[in-house]
Amino acid sequence: MSHHIVEVKDLRYTYPDGTPALQGVSFRVVHGESVAIVGANGAGKSTLLLHLNGYLAPKGGEIRIGDYPLTRKTLQTVRRTVGMVFQDPDDQLFMPTVYDDVAFGPLNLGLPTSEVESRVLNALSVVDTLHLKNRPPYKLSRGEKRSVAIASVLSMSPDILVMDEPTSDLDPKARRKLIELLKTFKHTKIIATHDLDMVVDLCERTIVIYNGRVIADGPTLKIFENQAILAESHLEKPLGMQGCPVCKNSVVPLRDRGDQ
Amino acid sequence: MPSIDSTFFDIGTMDAISRQDTFVHRMDPRIKVLTTLVFIVCVVSFGKHDISALIPFLVYPLFLVVLGDVPVGYLLRKVMLAAPFAVLIGIFNPLLDREVLVQLGPFGISGGWVSFLSILLRFTMTVGAALILIATTGYHAVCMALERMGVPQVFVVQLLFLHRYLFVLVDEASRMVRARSLRSFQGKGAGIRVFGSMAGHLLLRTLDRAQRIHLAMLSRGFDGNIRPFHPLRVRGWEVMFLLGWSALFVLMRCYNVPRFVGTLIQGFVS
Repeated sequence: MSHHIVEVKDLRYTYPDGTPALQGVSFRVVHGESVAIVGANGAGKSTLLLHLNGYLAPKGGEIRIGDYPLTRKTLQTVRRTVGMVFQDPDDQLFMPTVYDDVAFGPLNLGLPTSEVESRVLNALSVVDTLHLKNRPPYKLSRGEKRSVAIASVLSMSPDILVMDEPTSDLDPKARRKLIELLKTFKHTKIIATHDLDMVVDLCERTIVIYNGRVIADGPTLKIFENQAILAESHLEKPLGMQGCPVCKNSVVPLRDRGDQ
Repeated sequence: MPSIDSTFFDIGTMDAISRQDTFVHRMDPRIKVLTTLVFIVCVVSFGKHDISALIPFLVYPLFLVVLGDVPVGYLLRKVMLAAPFAVLIGIFNPLLDREVLVQLGPFGISGGWVSFLSILLRFTMTVGAALILIATTGYHAVCMALERMGVPQVFVVQLLFLHRYLFVLVDEASRMVRARSLRSFQGKGAGIRVFGSMAGHLLLRTLDRAQRIHLAMLSRGFDGNIRPFHPLRVRGWEVMFLLGWSALFVLMRCYNVPRFVGTLIQGFVS
């Protein structure tokens, strides 16, 4: 399959109060790619993500998801294709139990009961939370909530996963588990984040946004070696690419690792 | 904020109780909702001076508490939480209605006191029955039952979300209260003005969150209908449960059972 493509052309958006958020963003993500969207606070990352499943309508430019341009008519199809994981899992888990929540999407797709059931169980076991299925969401830990939120999207079997800050508020172990989990997914992934170390682990490509514009788009390691871009967009080299704080030696450049 | 926090955990207790597996818990929620409804209507419809006729109705809550394994202490504490409302409604009756109604030896009990007692009794029984319904059914299942019985889905969804986001809201409010109390000294900074701005803030945050939740629902194909997943099924004996209790309630409503028993005994004695 080659249609899990996200294409954004000269996207422009201004909030109703006049704040310009996106001022001509263009990029093209192809099937199976894992792309990070990084940038300073308020650079326009979240606004961009909200366009990808049609919650915000662009004031200019065009978005294509797969074979469809994003319009009012294709909205339902696009939302089925693009699975969106939100930053705050409390916003996403609104049903009384974990099971009901993961079943919410498939039920809305009008799937038969047996199919819904198998999808729910499958999605929960992929993220290793099958034992939580009868628990109410507010009883879960942050990491568990995040996993369930991902399951609630997986159960709709989307082709494209869009995530907003998936590792924020997670303890290191939960973060590591999440990264390992995401590595196993074959979906096209678009991840907005400040966690550049995760980007190094997970995304081969990075798009840097600053003031509503793309200022860099290329292989992750190449971009993170570029001090000028990082400084301009209020970022820092990921810790994994910095020297050891004790011995002050610089580590083997990750570029070499990437070339292998 | 021990008060906020402990109330919060108490709701969790209610959820835990409602997830037990007894014969009462397994019953179809619609049956329990309907039976409780008949019970409440019968209890509320008594006259303002009726007390003795109300007593037999206690059999229904007792029946459910025992068979549904509901902790009585917890239940009474919850009833007490709402008690001030009932007390406020009835507290002036003894002052307004001083006509002596019952003569107990040298003591005359005025109609006001009798009606006050009647209000309290009816309040305890109806609120208690509603709480027992939730404790043996679960909030979610009660909502689903209401939906199946034709309550407009808008209201049912409101109720469901109320329950789900109560926790989040309480959490958010208690964080704000904590932040304020850490920076207010000797009563300064705790006045009504600060409270007003906090309440406003909480409202704005709530609106924000509501928007994000709606977005999350839309991106998973929400079209205005929440589709319940668990199929409900009424079994024959459950219909009997509903009809049996309803008949008993109506009977106890129409005939004052204690008085009837009393005259019966008197008849035997004389």
